[in-house]
Amino acid sequence: MSEAQTSKMAVSDETVIKIHKMHKWYGSFHVLKDINLDVKRGERIVVCGPSGSGKSTMIRCINRLEEHQQGDIIVDGVELTNDLKNIDAIRREVGMVFQHFNLFPHLTILENLSLAPIWVKREPRKQAEETAMRYLERVKIPEQALKYPGQLSGGQQQRVAIARSLCMNPRIMLFDEPTSALDPEMIKEVLDVMIELAEEGRTMICVTHEMGFAKTVANRVIFMDGGEIIEQNEPNEFFDNPQHERTQLFLSQILAH
Amino acid sequence: MESVEQKRNIISTLWNDKEKRAVIIQIFSIAGLFALVWFMIGNAISNLDALGKGFSFDFLFQPASYDINQHLISYTSRDTHLRATIIGIMNTAMIAVAGIILATVVGFTLGVLRLSKNFLINRIVYIYIEYIRNVPVLLHILLVHGVVVHSLPNPKAAMTFNDSFFLTKRGFFMPSPDFESAMTVVWIALAIGIAFTFWFRRYAKRVQDETGKIFPVFLISFGAVVIFPVLVYFLAGSPITWEIPVLKGFNFKGGMVVRPEFLALWLALSLYTAAFIAEIVRAGIIAVSHGQTEAAYALGLRPGRTTQLIVIPQALRVIVPPLTSQYLNLTKNSSLAIAIGYMDIVATIGGISLNQTGREMECMIIVLALYLIFSLSISSVMNWYNKRIKLVER
Amino acid sequence: MSDSREYAVGTHPDLPPPLSTSGAIGWIRGNLLSSPTNIILTVLSIYFLYKVVPPSLNWLFFDATFNGDSRQDCREASNGAGACWAFVKHRFHLFVYGFYPVEQRWRVDISFILLPLALWPVLFDKVPYRKHLLKFSIAFPFIAGWLLIGGFGLTPVSTDYFGGFMLTLVIGVTGIVFSLPIGVALALGRQSNMPVLRVICVTFIEFIRGVPLITLLFVASTMLNYFLPPGTQFNLLLRVLIMVTLFSAAYIAEVVRGGLQAIPKGQYEAADSMGLKYWQSMQKIILPQALKISIPGIVNTFIGLYKDTTLVIIIGLLDPLGIGRASLADTKWTGLTTEIYVFVAIFFFLSCFSMARYSLYLENKLHTGHKR
Repeated sequence: MSEAQTSKMAVSDETVIKIHKMHKWYGSFHVLKDINLDVKRGERIVVCGPSGSGKSTMIRCINRLEEHQQGDIIVDGVELTNDLKNIDAIRREVGMVFQHFNLFPHLTILENLSLAPIWVKREPRKQAEETAMRYLERVKIPEQALKYPGQLSGGQQQRVAIARSLCMNPRIMLFDEPTSALDPEMIKEVLDVMIELAEEGRTMICVTHEMGFAKTVANRVIFMDGGEIIEQNEPNEFFDNPQHERTQLFLSQILAH
Repeated sequence: MESVEQKRNIISTLWNDKEKRAVIIQIFSIAGLFALVWFMIGNAISNLDALGKGFSFDFLFQPASYDINQHLISYTSRDTHLRATIIGIMNTAMIAVAGIILATVVGFTLGVLRLSKNFLINRIVYIYIEYIRNVPVLLHILLVHGVVVHSLPNPKAAMTFNDSFFLTKRGFFMPSPDFESAMTVVWIALAIGIAFTFWFRRYAKRVQDETGKIFPVFLISFGAVVIFPVLVYFLAGSPITWEIPVLKGFNFKGGMVVRPEFLALWLALSLYTAAFIAEIVRAGIIAVSHGQTEAAYALGLRPGRTTQLIVIPQALRVIVPPLTSQYLNLTKNSSLAIAIGYMDIVATIGGISLNQTGREMECMIIVLALYLIFSLSISSVMNWYNKRIKLVER
Repeated sequence: MSDSREYAVGTHPDLPPPLSTSGAIGWIRGNLLSSPTNIILTVLSIYFLYKVVPPSLNWLFFDATFNGDSRQDCREASNGAGACWAFVKHRFHLFVYGFYPVEQRWRVDISFILLPLALWPVLFDKVPYRKHLLKFSIAFPFIAGWLLIGGFGLTPVSTDYFGGFMLTLVIGVTGIVFSLPIGVALALGRQSNMPVLRVICVTFIEFIRGVPLITLLFVASTMLNYFLPPGTQFNLLLRVLIMVTLFSAAYIAEVVRGGLQAIPKGQYEAADSMGLKYWQSMQKIILPQALKISIPGIVNTFIGLYKDTTLVIIIGLLDPLGIGRASLADTKWTGLTTEIYVFVAIFFFLSCFSMARYSLYLENKLHTGHKR
């Protein structure tokens, strides 16, 4: 990837996600240690790090799929607590794409997409389905609308999953290793969709090992290891001039091939 | 010498040709089977001849001359063996239906509790399920029957609730309803309630499709089917008089009675099957991967809706096939009724009728045929259903 | 960013979790009191335990009578509040041996001792000299049969005297040993590409699975003789054994069929492409894999068979339940049904639960083998 540095849209000063001194334990295992992170509206962040470093856990805390035990997470001005109202409000604003797609196998693609708008936003079915078709066209598979997830390839399924999140029109998108369960030839089709999204200026946090993607679209790359944020920088600096030795080691390993 | 050699060659070529060998094997199996059947039928004919019995179902139309204490349709000992058989079928059906209902309710409850995060309830249910599953069902039936017959009080010292329900070793006595003419209004109200629910569910779906508005469908249905008829019942001046059982001599008279054999068989069979159902339900819910609920949560669906729209439809696909085989098991296990004297198919035609008429062959054929018809029809319905709900895969 | 950090980057130590979420308090909060429903469940559970556990323990142990010569002794000892285990103790030999002649009981004892020895190499794969021991396992049913029935130098004992746990084990072990090969054969027949064979096997399997075992036992006890040459006297126990074996074979066939269907098509094709004949490919490639997958299901079928041995009392054989009920005819001990049922229930629970645990252990072993 060249320095194409696509039209990176202006990042506003408004903070949409604020994580402050956040800790998390699984039993007695300390998975996230003193996480501090501010995300501005329109920012596109790539999180990388060795497996087991806590990067997935961190973004799963942002929409409360995991509970943190210490510190604060504030999303769009709403603090994440046990209050169900807050959790609902945040989950409406935050979309998530999973490593294993997690499409609902008993529903058609169209039903997968219109489910949440109908039951959460209470939209009329026709409207929800129109939105769904629009997003399916954007991810370039409108002809699959009436099939079931099991009939699609991995890349197609992941694109459907992205479209499914978009149907709720979230302000923030989280991607949890969206391409690591895909065959190489399907990675590109998914990344292309993600790059398009980035160009629209949607706030994105993406856990991925696709360094090319990071260079192209990210405003900031975060490196995590051992449950901590070790280093964060804008992509050029991050790749050309890593500060911490662990970052250097990780980059040398991942760029070696 | 040569001819022998040739013969061997022919046999070996036949034997080494895959298709021809298959034909040979099949011809021999058919021949063997026919020989066996022929042999058995021949024996049966000569044995029956020796006993002077013959083979005929005429006995079905002769008086059974034994009593059956539990019968849904009228029956006296002067009725025929055929009618006794029908009573037996009805009793089997009754225990099966009642058992399936209770087993399903208890089984689903236990299965969900087994997944509870609450440590205590989880362990209690686990121990209960393991105890039930690892003890023979016959033992459960005898144990429950023993408790009912030996540990419950005599009618004179009956355990009572509200002086109208009586639990005794002679059975569970309860008031029987006597409907007055005004009751018709209540039945109509119930019918309206049910019809309304059917209509309302479709209406609610249409409104949701058109405007997105979500009605509390369950609450309204509940109101229409339960609360509305109950209100009408009271408005109509409670048009049911209850005939309360009264102690006369050594036993209660009047009202309805659930006999101890039925009670014991029903409880034992249902609780036994419930333990298996609980494990099936648990496995079914676990089979819906964690990712499914997470994806639903991430889309903003509440846990209740997630269960309704995502977990239950998927879990049912896993649960239903083994669940029906448990229903079949329960029905087949109800044949153990004979151990405590509940008059089901096996106890009537396969038991007393068989002993009285000495027509072992005919009686057993009827019994086997009845169970077979039942099992095969259920499993063909199941196969059809399984094909229908199978997830579409590439 | 600009936050004050307590530790230098990358050196944050593992800290213990906050007290409220760990330790005993955290455990109780998380497991028992995490929500209103949870609190209600906890309270109900404690109430249930309080209502059930102490009375049961009192009846079973603390108020129970273990010594005595009649029910009267038990009544006097505990005011009738507890179980009268003296009865079970008094009749223990009957529960174990049935009516097997007293002076021949050593033969039953030897069979009991040989049984675990025969099972050991079958159940576990890390057994020294397993191959040789397995030969003994195969021979065991015949050795035990000879020991129990007699002949060939031993005094013959009529099977009418068989009873108690010994009868349970005889029926259970025989059923298990013979139903497995028959079940596998039926499963192969059902999957065969010869229509006649397939129809025969399917009919047989569906017939057996469609009717309750008790009706088959009735067939064995009332009707089977008609189909044999006139004058044949056919031992009742043998008839029961045949029926139980066929019954469980049909169920095993279905379990094994599941295993056969789970084998990827590639395995069949690979075996074919190596030029293996049908029996060779079955024996070397397909069956070992299919059986391995089916083992938990097979063990579950065996547990069912073992529990079903109790049904024989209905046609008059004296398994432990039958022995117990027969013993009640003794006026000294009338009315102790609960003790008998509980005692027999404990026996079945222990044996079936250990089989179920074994099946679980196998399942876990299989799963780790298949994990990526």
